[in-house]
Amino acid sequence: MAQELVNPALGKDLLGLEELTREQIVAILDTAEAFKEISERPVRKVPYLRGQTVVNAFFENSTRTRVSFEFAEKRMGADTVSISTTGSSVAKGETLVDTARNLEAMRIDMVVIRHASSGSARFLAERIESHVINAGDGKHEHPTQGLLDLLTIRDHRQSLEGLKVCICGDVLHSRVARSNLHGLRRLGAEVAVCGPLTLMPPDVRELGVHYFPRIEAAIEWADVLNVLRLQLERMKGGFIPSLREYNRVFGVTRARVEAAPRDLLILHPGPMNRGVEIDSDVADGPHSVILQQVTNGVAVRMAVLYLLAGGPVADAEVAA
Amino acid sequence: MPEEVLWYLRFLCVRMPFLPPRFVDTPPPRRIAFPRNPRPRTRAPPDMPDTQRRPIMDGSAVERTIAKMAAEVLRLAGGATELVLVGIHRRGVQLAARLADAIERNGGVSVSSGSLDITLYRDDLMVVGPRPVVGQTRLPAGGIDGRIVCIVDDVLYTGRTVRAALDELADFGRPRRTLLAVLVDRGGRELPIQADVVGERVEVPEGGRVEVKVPEIDGELGVEVVEAA
Repeated sequence: MAQELVNPALGKDLLGLEELTREQIVAILDTAEAFKEISERPVRKVPYLRGQTVVNAFFENSTRTRVSFEFAEKRMGADTVSISTTGSSVAKGETLVDTARNLEAMRIDMVVIRHASSGSARFLAERIESHVINAGDGKHEHPTQGLLDLLTIRDHRQSLEGLKVCICGDVLHSRVARSNLHGLRRLGAEVAVCGPLTLMPPDVRELGVHYFPRIEAAIEWADVLNVLRLQLERMKGGFIPSLREYNRVFGVTRARVEAAPRDLLILHPGPMNRGVEIDSDVADGPHSVILQQVTNGVAVRMAVLYLLAGGPVADAEVAA
Repeated sequence: MPEEVLWYLRFLCVRMPFLPPRFVDTPPPRRIAFPRNPRPRTRAPPDMPDTQRRPIMDGSAVERTIAKMAAEVLRLAGGATELVLVGIHRRGVQLAARLADAIERNGGVSVSSGSLDITLYRDDLMVVGPRPVVGQTRLPAGGIDGRIVCIVDDVLYTGRTVRAALDELADFGRPRRTLLAVLVDRGGRELPIQADVVGERVEVPEGGRVEVKVPEIDGELGVEVVEAA
C-alpha cells in the first residue's frame, strides 16, 4: 500500500525548539492532532512502543510534566521508570553522565530529562546513545511545553501566521518563554513580552520582539496572552518589591481582560500563583484554555515519542 | 561576588530601571560542540527506477465492482441495521464511503461508517525509516459492541494491515462479527487471513505493486499494476 511518509528528521533528540524548522514543528503538531483521539478511546493504549523502555529522569520538582510524560509513554505502550534526585544515587553525589550511562547499561531506549542546569539535556544527548527528550533544562528551553502551547493556540485560532502573542511576566527565569518564542516565530506569529525590566533577559531587544512595560498596553495589542508563573523559588529577593505590588501592576485581572478590544485567549503553563500573575476570575474564566493545554500536553508528548522512536531514520543528522 | 553585593545590585535594578539588568543576570547557556556518538544509519530504499504501469480497471469498472461488493456485504451482514463499514487509511476510507453510497442506492438505507489508522499497530516499527503520517481514527458514536463490522481496504496482500486492524478494533469493543471487504486481492499472504468479499483477484509477480486510485487523493478512479520493467 502506498503510504504518505513524513520525515521531519527530528534526529536523535528533542532538545529545544530553537533547532527545529517550521516543517518539523508543523509535523509534530499535525501528528499530535491525530493522537488526541487516543486518550478518548475505551482502551487508552496503543502498542506502538511495546517493549521499549523510557526513563523519566526528573532532577527538579514537577507534577504536570512528569505525569504527562508518563501518561504519554504508557499510552504509546512503552515501559517507564521514573527517577528523581531524592531517593536516587544522585543524592550520593553521582554525576549526571554516570547516572545516565549506568541506566543505559541496563538497555534503555529513551531518556526524558528535567534538570536545573541550562544545557544539561544537550550535555547528556552528546554523551549517550539513547534518545534524549528535554523536559526543561534550567532557564534554557522546555520544548514540549512550547509545542503544546502552539497546539492549543492553533486549536482556537486557525492560523498562527500574523497572530499577536504576548508572553507576560517572568521571562528572565522562564524556559517556557524561550521555547514559546522560538516556536511562535517559526510559525510566523508576532511575539511581544511584557513584565518588569528586572525580569527580562538582557538580550530581549536583540531577539527582535516587542517589549511592553505596561500590561494594559500589552492586552490592548495582543490576540493571545501567555501568562508565565512568577518563579518564586528562583528569586530569593530583589527582583520585585512585593507580590502584591506585582499583582497590582502586572497581574492579569478581570478588569484588564474585560477592557481588551479583542477576544483574548489566555494560556498559563502552570502551576499558577493565583492572585499574583493571574487572578482566579481570569484563570477559571471563559478566555482561559489552561486545562486544555494540559490535555494537549499528553498528545504532543505522544507525538514526540512517536517521531523519535523506532529504527534509524535516514538523514537524521540535524545541522547543529 | 558575595551574595550581599548581588542582592544590593538587584535592589538597585528594581529601584533604578535605567540600570540594565545585565549586571545581575547569569550568562545564557553555553553551547558545547562535542562530536556526536556514531549511530548506525540506513537509508530508505530508493524508488524503483524503471517501472511499467498497466491499468487493469478504469473508473466505471471500479464503480460496477463496488456495486457488486455492496450487494455481497449486505447479504453477509443480513441487512444494514447492524452494519458498520470501517475503512483503513488511506484509500480504504474513500472506498468505504463509496461502498456506503452504493448500499444506500441499493437498499435505500443509510449505513454507519468510520475510519481506522493502523500505523500505531504495525509490527515493523524497527524496520521503517520515515514515520508515516498518522490519520484520524473515527468510529461511530454508538461504538462497535455487538455490531457487524466490515473492514474495507483497497488491496489485500500480506495480510499484515488486516492483522493490525483486527487488533485495533479489539481495543474499541467486541463486534458480533467482523467481515473483510477488499477491492483487489493480489495473493502473497504472509498470515492466515482471507477476505469475505473480494472485488477483483489479480496475479501480480513478486516485486510488483497494485495501485488503487481514488478521486479524493489521486484525482481519478482506477486500478493499476506497477511492475519492474
